[in-house]
Amino acid sequence: MSARNREALALLPSALLVTAGFAAIFLKRDAFLSNASLTYGAVFLGLCLVGHLVIRFTAPNADPYLFPLVAVLACFGLVELYRIDESFARLQAQWFVVGLGLFAFTMVVLRDYHLLERYRYTIAAGSLLLLVLPRMPVIGEATNGAYLSIRLGPFSFQAAEFAKIGIVIFLAGYLRETRQVLIHGGRRFLGMSLPPLRHFGPLLAIWGTAMLLLIFIRDLGAALMFFGAFLALLYVATGKKRYPLLGLGAFALGAYVVGGRVGHVQDRVAAWQNPLDPVLFGADIADQGKPGFGSSYQLAQSLFAQADGGLFGRGFGQAELLTRVSDGGTVTTELLPASQTDMIYALITNETGLIGAAAILLTYLLIVQRGFRIASLARDPFSKLLATGLTSVFALQVFVIVGGVTKVIPLTGVTLPFISYGGSSVMANFILLALLMRVSEDARRPT
Amino acid sequence: MNGQIRNLFLVVLVLFGLLLVFTSRWTVLEDGDLRASAQNNRDVIRAQRVPRGRILAADGTVLARSVRTRSRGTNTTVYKRRYPKGAAYAGPVGVSDLQFGQSGLEKSQNAFLGGKAVKLATAVDRLIQGDQRGSTIRTTLEPKVQEAALAGLNGRAGSVVALEPETGKVLGMASVPGYDPNRMISEPGYRTTLKNSAELNRATQAAYVPGSTFKVLTAAAALDSGKYTPDTTVDGSTGQRFSGQPLANFNGEQFGQVTLTQALTQSINGAFGNIANDLGGRTLQEYMERFGFDAKPPLDYPAGQIRTSGIRRNDKLIPATSKYVDLARTGIGQDKLGATPLQMAMVVSAVANDGRLMKPHLTDRVVDPDGRVQEEVQPQLYKQSMKASSARQLQQMMGNVVDEGTGAQAQLGTDVRVGGKTGTAELGNIADGINNLWFIGFAPLEDPKVAVAVIVENSPGQGGQVAAPIAKSVIQAALAAGAGR
Repeated sequence: MSARNREALALLPSALLVTAGFAAIFLKRDAFLSNASLTYGAVFLGLCLVGHLVIRFTAPNADPYLFPLVAVLACFGLVELYRIDESFARLQAQWFVVGLGLFAFTMVVLRDYHLLERYRYTIAAGSLLLLVLPRMPVIGEATNGAYLSIRLGPFSFQAAEFAKIGIVIFLAGYLRETRQVLIHGGRRFLGMSLPPLRHFGPLLAIWGTAMLLLIFIRDLGAALMFFGAFLALLYVATGKKRYPLLGLGAFALGAYVVGGRVGHVQDRVAAWQNPLDPVLFGADIADQGKPGFGSSYQLAQSLFAQADGGLFGRGFGQAELLTRVSDGGTVTTELLPASQTDMIYALITNETGLIGAAAILLTYLLIVQRGFRIASLARDPFSKLLATGLTSVFALQVFVIVGGVTKVIPLTGVTLPFISYGGSSVMANFILLALLMRVSEDARRPT
Repeated sequence: MNGQIRNLFLVVLVLFGLLLVFTSRWTVLEDGDLRASAQNNRDVIRAQRVPRGRILAADGTVLARSVRTRSRGTNTTVYKRRYPKGAAYAGPVGVSDLQFGQSGLEKSQNAFLGGKAVKLATAVDRLIQGDQRGSTIRTTLEPKVQEAALAGLNGRAGSVVALEPETGKVLGMASVPGYDPNRMISEPGYRTTLKNSAELNRATQAAYVPGSTFKVLTAAAALDSGKYTPDTTVDGSTGQRFSGQPLANFNGEQFGQVTLTQALTQSINGAFGNIANDLGGRTLQEYMERFGFDAKPPLDYPAGQIRTSGIRRNDKLIPATSKYVDLARTGIGQDKLGATPLQMAMVVSAVANDGRLMKPHLTDRVVDPDGRVQEEVQPQLYKQSMKASSARQLQQMMGNVVDEGTGAQAQLGTDVRVGGKTGTAELGNIADGINNLWFIGFAPLEDPKVAVAVIVENSPGQGGQVAAPIAKSVIQAALAAGAGR
């Protein structure tokens, strides 16, 4: 069977999944089955078909599993969003259409993605601009003390979502050019051979600016992602373990210094260490029946939601989610704040249990495996580095948010790719997917 | 570069493994702790969608019920608790609320009330019917007894416990000052206005110095040990030295050699000091345990709301054999003794029931939403406190206390005789005349149907004048309500 036919076949189960999921929620909500579940299933299948056709015509040899795997995630996300609030699902479905459009656009326009290598400095500058814009007056916008988005009319963009792709492209291009120098090194320092500053400099400058900007706009989750992708690329490009190890050491030192001094970071670390602490949780706020919550409330509720799910979960639509009902039936506090974005993994675990959560993680792992496979098969260093970088940044994004929600690391807000609600996230990840597909097409095209 | 890419994939594998391990930790390994966390109110949120069962008095009076309310914000139906009798039954019934949690029977019988404890037949029904509903708890509480107890206390801080000696049924359980559970639920600031430990159920949670009512237990030990009969004589003079300190009789009254009956009738401290010393710590300890001291009474009530009675030093229970115990003063109910009203009611109930101490219980039966009896509580022997023969002797001695001694004000004025014992527990300074006033008693003397313990806190006067009349009206109410049928 050809790659494309395999892909088409693999899309069917995810459309069935979305139908079944909506059916379950309708049953829970209205005790009868509406044909809207079928409508959603059909629309979803239609979108998948469009995506499939785009790939069939633009990249017939590309990896057949990536797109169906993404479809599974998207369908899972759509069902959960519908369950939280119908309007989220409707908007998200629209974002999927836009994302698919961008996907098609990228597939068609970037037939030769090696063009990107040539414009690497422009792309780097653009990415840095994207990162600095949220802090600018008028168009910048702050949420929870972090400057994450740019507001343009009715739309707001999560700058870091797009910047991550630009930074990866720059790193891949730059490292392709200088990796030989970096491998063979220059002068020796403390028993290690360090590359000449001339070659290392621009790299450090661009990366350092990005990191500073991230601290400046206080997007710690994205900073972690960027930094991890940088180390991964450096390692793959040079083959020297000491670069990433040195980087990790520097990061640990930086985290220790920043974590101890910047109040905004201190709070998060304290909430991470003791989420059930009544003071951090804000138990007194809740006792007085006031709205609002403490700094560890979100993480604690995330853990409670997971415990509530157990092994098999409570079933779609069965998690306690929206409100805590106080006297007189007035709504005071959301039980699981940001359940449609940061906390969606906790909600999925609540409703589908450890089994469902493991399935989601496995799906992500399969995507990552396909990504690295594409990198291995790629024929030139730039392609290899590009695929590696995109895959790494994707994997790290999953790790940062799921790790935050499950208390592996302090909680920082980034989206769960293809599942969380949010236009920027959907669009950026579809572009990322298109780039991977292009690299794959190049690698697998028979010569 | 492919080797490095493979290594990178291994790193990602490890990171994702970490995610899976932590997810497992919260969902299946440590989920119990998280579910039980005080901050986690998911169970309560869920529970408020279930109509809880009612709590009824013995005659069917509704003490607690659930009413439907519609939540504006979420457009869901929730149930709220209402307590038609307000503060009167707050002690035994407790309260159940999203914000304050649960107490009393609402807590101890939550599995039934919330509809979680289902037997197989009803579980199958539930699959067919769907909605979860709670079972009804019918209590042993007699409204007449409860009203008489509250009327008797008349707003004075204190507590009354009435038991049915043969079955262990709790006929009445009053604690003053109480709180109104309805206001607790609906008025956010109400709790802060409560004073004098109003939320405490004094009947089970407050340990008072039992004073002379404890002489009943000392006398029981004396008779049951075989060393004493009601006619054995003891030195009852005032000012005898025990543990180096002179022990005065009440009002310094002088007695010579008195019989055990006389000693109890006149509540002679010197005599009981001698008896306690003669019996020794080991015997006293044995009988305290036989009457339920040093263990939580097995009441169907939250363990966190029951205090263990006994001898305490630095808030830890110590046995009567300890070197820190002044045996003579323990024998007259002073020193380091602390006893809850429930405990003293158990003591007098055991004597009244010929030495058989029954398990006290508040729940009479559990009825499921379809009217089927799910569970019926049967009388159960808790401890054989003393021999039936010595118990009967003690009953007669206690009858003497009411007929011609300190407990005269508990007389019913009919041919029904009452047995009892007064207590005036010293609060340190005798001179100001403010004491904790006790009365424990039972009736009818020949065929006991009700046993009662009464305490009035920080009051002038003596147990015989203040507490005995309350006991009298509670006993009258219990007999009128047909206790012991």
